Amino acid sequence: MAVDIESRTPVEDAEGRTVEELVVNIGPSHPSTHGVCRIIAHIDGEIVTRAEPVIGYLHRGIEKMCENRTYLQIVPLTDRLDYVGSMYANWAYCRAVERLASIRVPERAEYIRVITCELQRIASHMMAIGSSGADTGAFTMFVWAFDVRERVVELFEELCGARLTYSYVRPGGVARDLPDGWTDACRAVVDRLPAKIEEMDRLFFGNTIARGRLKGVGVLSADDAVAWGASGPTARGSGVDWDLRRDDPYSVYPRFDFDIPLGDAGDAYDRGRCRLWEAVESCRIITQALDQIEPGPVHAEGFPRLLAPRQGDAYDRIESARGTLGVFVASDGSTRPYRVKFRSPAFCNLALIGRLAPGHTISDLVVILGSLDPVFGEVDR
Amino acid sequence: MALVDRIGRALTGAPLLLTSVDALVDWSRGQSLWAMPMGTACCAMELIAASFSKFDFDRLGTFPRPDPRHTDVMVVAGTVTRRMAPAIARLYEQMPDPKYVVAMGNCAVSGGIFFYDTYSVVRGIDEFLPVDVYIAGCPPRPESLQDGILQLRELIQTRSIAAGHSHPREMVLPSAGDERAGSVDARERPSVPHVPVRPTDPGGGPE
Amino acid sequence: MNIEELREHLCSRYPLLCPLFSSEFGDGTLTVEPDDLHRAAGDMKELGFSRLDVVTALDRGETFELVYRLESAEIRTGLSLRCSVPRDQPRISSLFDLWPAADWQEREVYDLFGIEFEGHPDLRRILLPDDWVGHLLRKDYVDDRVVKRPDYI
Repeated sequence: MAVDIESRTPVEDAEGRTVEELVVNIGPSHPSTHGVCRIIAHIDGEIVTRAEPVIGYLHRGIEKMCENRTYLQIVPLTDRLDYVGSMYANWAYCRAVERLASIRVPERAEYIRVITCELQRIASHMMAIGSSGADTGAFTMFVWAFDVRERVVELFEELCGARLTYSYVRPGGVARDLPDGWTDACRAVVDRLPAKIEEMDRLFFGNTIARGRLKGVGVLSADDAVAWGASGPTARGSGVDWDLRRDDPYSVYPRFDFDIPLGDAGDAYDRGRCRLWEAVESCRIITQALDQIEPGPVHAEGFPRLLAPRQGDAYDRIESARGTLGVFVASDGSTRPYRVKFRSPAFCNLALIGRLAPGHTISDLVVILGSLDPVFGEVDR
Repeated sequence: MALVDRIGRALTGAPLLLTSVDALVDWSRGQSLWAMPMGTACCAMELIAASFSKFDFDRLGTFPRPDPRHTDVMVVAGTVTRRMAPAIARLYEQMPDPKYVVAMGNCAVSGGIFFYDTYSVVRGIDEFLPVDVYIAGCPPRPESLQDGILQLRELIQTRSIAAGHSHPREMVLPSAGDERAGSVDARERPSVPHVPVRPTDPGGGPE
Repeated sequence: MNIEELREHLCSRYPLLCPLFSSEFGDGTLTVEPDDLHRAAGDMKELGFSRLDVVTALDRGETFELVYRLESAEIRTGLSLRCSVPRDQPRISSLFDLWPAADWQEREVYDLFGIEFEGHPDLRRILLPDDWVGHLLRKDYVDDRVVKRPDYI
């Protein structure tokens, strides 16, 4: 539970001296910062009074690099943004380029994109839940979650040969059709998953220790979530009923029947649990998509080898595992974009840490950071 | 079988083990490499995956330990930016000697995909760290990492800590099982001819 | 609500803003003068655009074009607010008081483009170290350390 910092009485030692504020530097290399994040925490005793995240330790200048790449050459760069969920950045970028160049994507490609991205959501959420389990000492959860993730990664490996950086979604469609027998393998994974997730829910979120560590930690109000631009499970854990897949449907999402898990307390527990149950909803979507998918082309016909969209700019966004992932592409009519901007959900969610951490202990600060699920490739770009 | 073992058998007729302390120390150091997982970007995911159920790094005696003071080898996995480099160098300085560095992934090897057009990426960690093993790939598979660690083990076992001295390969003690990296699932796949790490015994030892 | 409805809605409530509205690639765009930005943004927030999705900028030579992308849960279409600031005096009022989400986003634009946001509570570099010289997403930024990619295509 958060402590009200203002109402605390200063602790005095035997000689009447008040305990002074201590500044603790966490990171940039720390096992529980989920990457190269640095947090400067001002602590009073055990309680954090101010937490200031310092980011940029993985700033690789991807946006600048994009200005000297052709439209197709940028796809591998988008993989390396959100490396826990590469498919999303691929897709968001491709949607922006397709909107800019007025390319129509075949229906089968849209279905494959939905299937792969929902699989990616499962993989990404498993990483998030697993690492927040490790943060609270439940290492078993990490191993279990990673096992599920590994199943999904195996599917991706079969699909495109890569375990992490897929470059599978390309402007105009996807790189290649599903291999033989892939849908059956996918179905086998997806069918087994809900029971496994229920077990994980009981193992971790039903556990007294995890409840004690996560409940009431880092409470984010719904109004704050909207005002600070939080999105994805971070906002939905606070009860903000906003999911682009349903509220601003793109691709073939309107054809599927699924629910959006919502939290109400807005604490780390609800955020984590939202992620877990979203994975079950992803399984539902994948099952429906596998039922509905029809044979057909997977790439737009007459797609030019060198794309040169007309002058202008386009913005498109999708619901990634972390929230609203938007890509802004501006063209000057040449074969290279004039400007590419990635609106990364993790960047916006991480901005909340300075607001959520005060009043909590250092060990809770780690839990809060984990519950926001930052991926620093995407935060720093 | 190590050369020393053969000498022992020849002298006494019993499976007696003769070796130098130096070689024994190097052998044992190679068997238990604690790794400092310096994961900065994408490769960190594969670094984690390597320790987990399917790949199980621990069976090779390599154990991730995020405290530099407890570790022998630093695995730098991921893109290193100019802003991050001093922090990594400082962590390296905190590791006790003798220490080794594995550059995992193209970014750590040479800058990789971020070699051109970017202003903030260090083009290979060998600009500021002495690298022992390079592992290519973007990202490398967990098996590649395990292979790299096994190569590092061989390097440690043949290179004495005494300055300028190295053990001949035959002097090196055998490793238990001498297994190469591979996933558990590999058993179900068609078997690939086993390639031994070091030259096999030319024969002659009494059996 | 689609774009046309949004246009009608805007025109009925804010006749002055109406001529500034255009749509391209399915997005509504409202181009305003830098001095009017804060007022127009406030109006949009009143209209129901409760989220500030993204703040970014483009280097247009003589000017920097700022793009603010707004989202609304009620109005199911995005809207871009745009304005241009001169290159030699890149200053604009901050939208932090309307949407706190602008905090890091404006810091990023300040870091990469050098546009100053008046009224921002903590305008510092965010992605690059504090001692970095220059603003690197400007088209005229040069860095000796950069290796140019060979021009194959």
